[in-house]
Amino acid sequence: MKKIQWKFILAGLLLILPLAGCVTDVPAPSSSSAGTANSQQSRLDTVLKRGKLICGVSGELPGFSFVEPDGKYSGLDVDVCRSIAAALFDNPDAVEFRKLSAKQRFPAVQSGEVDILSRNTTFTVQRNTELNLDFAPVIFYDGQGLMVRKDSTLNTLASLKNRSICVQSGTTTEQNLADQMRQRNIPYTSVVFDDVNITFGAYTEGRCDAITADRSALVSRRSSFQKPDDHIVLPDLLSKEPLAPAVSSGDPRWSNVVKWTIYTLINAEELNIDSKNVTQFATSNDPVVKRFLGGEGNFGKKMGIPNDFAARIIKHVGNYGEVYDRNLGKQTKLKLDRGLNNLWNKGGILYSPPFR
Amino acid sequence: MPKFWRIALQGLLLVLVVGTIALLWHNLTANLQQQSSQTTRLGFDFLREEAKFNIGEAAIPYQPSDSYGRAILVGLLNSLKVIAVGIVLATTLGVTAGIARLSNNWLLQKIALFYVEVLRNIPLLLQLFFWYFAFFLSFPKVEQRLQLPGAIYLTKSGIWLPWLQATSATGTWLICWIIGGVGAGFILYRQRQTLRPWTVLQAGAAIVALSLLALLITHGLPLQFDVPQVIDNFQIQGGLKLSPEFAAITTGLSVYTGTFIAEVVRSGIQAVPRGQWEAAQSLGLSPNVVMGTVIFPQALRTILPPLSNQYLNLAKNSSLAVAVGYPDVYSISDSMNSQTGRPVEAMLVIIVTYLTISLTLSVLINLYNRSVQIVER
Repeated sequence: MKKIQWKFILAGLLLILPLAGCVTDVPAPSSSSAGTANSQQSRLDTVLKRGKLICGVSGELPGFSFVEPDGKYSGLDVDVCRSIAAALFDNPDAVEFRKLSAKQRFPAVQSGEVDILSRNTTFTVQRNTELNLDFAPVIFYDGQGLMVRKDSTLNTLASLKNRSICVQSGTTTEQNLADQMRQRNIPYTSVVFDDVNITFGAYTEGRCDAITADRSALVSRRSSFQKPDDHIVLPDLLSKEPLAPAVSSGDPRWSNVVKWTIYTLINAEELNIDSKNVTQFATSNDPVVKRFLGGEGNFGKKMGIPNDFAARIIKHVGNYGEVYDRNLGKQTKLKLDRGLNNLWNKGGILYSPPFR
Repeated sequence: MPKFWRIALQGLLLVLVVGTIALLWHNLTANLQQQSSQTTRLGFDFLREEAKFNIGEAAIPYQPSDSYGRAILVGLLNSLKVIAVGIVLATTLGVTAGIARLSNNWLLQKIALFYVEVLRNIPLLLQLFFWYFAFFLSFPKVEQRLQLPGAIYLTKSGIWLPWLQATSATGTWLICWIIGGVGAGFILYRQRQTLRPWTVLQAGAAIVALSLLALLITHGLPLQFDVPQVIDNFQIQGGLKLSPEFAAITTGLSVYTGTFIAEVVRSGIQAVPRGQWEAAQSLGLSPNVVMGTVIFPQALRTILPPLSNQYLNLAKNSSLAVAVGYPDVYSISDSMNSQTGRPVEAMLVIIVTYLTISLTLSVLINLYNRSVQIVER
């Protein structure tokens, strides 16, 4: 009996030994490579060598990132990644999209599993400093709102007293709602789910009198309801939600590429350059346009990417206005007004620093 | 020589275990340091910070201005509520179904078989979604509430039941009952060798006497009925409110775990030797007495160890509550994690919590198990 027992334990030990070997092997290279990445090698080199960009998106939000029936991704967040791929590889499809949940997104970008997080993510001080993320310029100025059923006679925050509100966890919305209601001294019941589909499902099933999320997300989700017209988004704004792409901090070369890709989209709209006329502009004599499209100077080369990156982005993806109209504008189901997301000289707050 | 090997192998095992843990710890700290310079150091000081989020249902007073620590406590109590109610319901359901499977009644037997075989083979998460969306959220809204006799209201926002409520007299009653109970226990214990009806009557009289005393002191009953009332078209107050989330997770867990308990009970009963059945029957005992006093107590010895596994499963599966929006300890730590960006600490809190719950449960069941096992002389 004793002997047999020991044989088993020995066999167990022999099984554990290689496992212990794995444990020592696996993290070592990853930690050392990440260590050098911080000092010299940039994420930019990794992406260029790989030949494609790995982009973390939501995949659940029509207009921002969504899987179309033909299996392709579309949306504003998606087009940001396509722009970067266009700048680097002259091919907007050189992107591998990874669907990330609200909870998974930060570890995914911190650990380097994705090169960039383009997932309707709010730029906050805590995420910037404590989570060590570098945020690119804001691509969508959003605010948190509430959606209710039209026939419910609920029309203000105060009318939601003692009512139940569906919230998704893993985001800033839970805290914003609590802050606003606390400030106004309105008691309410929160019903918190960790999955976005379940959250909206519980609302449509009538569990909650209201649901809270970013207003763009509410409108986007409403567009896929069976009866979108039965629901209204209340005018109350609970918070400012500037949505921006993010990369892991401590890599200025890579974050600069992301930053100037987004400024390219905005600047192109300011200069009235779009995907149709960009080839005509290429022969322009205007020095501002020439510098922007890479005909003069060498901004691209100094960043470590092709000199005509702006022309490539505009040719393949378009300018910010085109991207917005295609994904969120009048012709889409969402029909979101440009509002704050217009150019600074057209009543919005989008503004690109000069390319010089 | 064998002795040397025994010690050497023990030592080797110890080195391996300690080494692996040290390695993992080293990895964790190294990665954390690398990801984030000095800003995020492991520690639990943040538990004292303001939680800033709301919790849908809490057994103790809670506000968003309370600390993360208190929020976790609220979650823990919510979890314990589900586990406690779940264990009671699952045991009742499981024992009934287990005995029914051995019944001579064909219909009863087949119903039990159908219940066990269907429900234990469908993933629990799916069942939870079913109970939540297809059952508890299919009730009408509060405005069009469904009323059952006895002031029971069924709505999408929750189920309201009449419930007993403590009064100002509860404390005095409780003290009197404890004294009476101890007295009755003492009377029964002294006469335990020859338990006569007269002794039982004496013990009962002790409790009745002290109840009368309590009534004299307080002029009130220990508990009163708290009946839910419709305040306006949108609100019901009073009574016991069960949220659809709580109802879904508790029902789902009980029904699912009940199937496994049914199998445990069935196998335990079948493990009792046939001779015991025959002996009991030949004494002329009725079938109920045979099951209740001869077979089941013996089966209990076989049932308890696997039953404790099912209880532990139920306790751990209660963490699926987050899927149907019930604020259990896992769900709360999830919110805490996303606000503070401290996944490691949040994970540790969860691990320690579930470990404590499970180990406590298993110690309790083991103690009970020891008391029912045969003492060999």
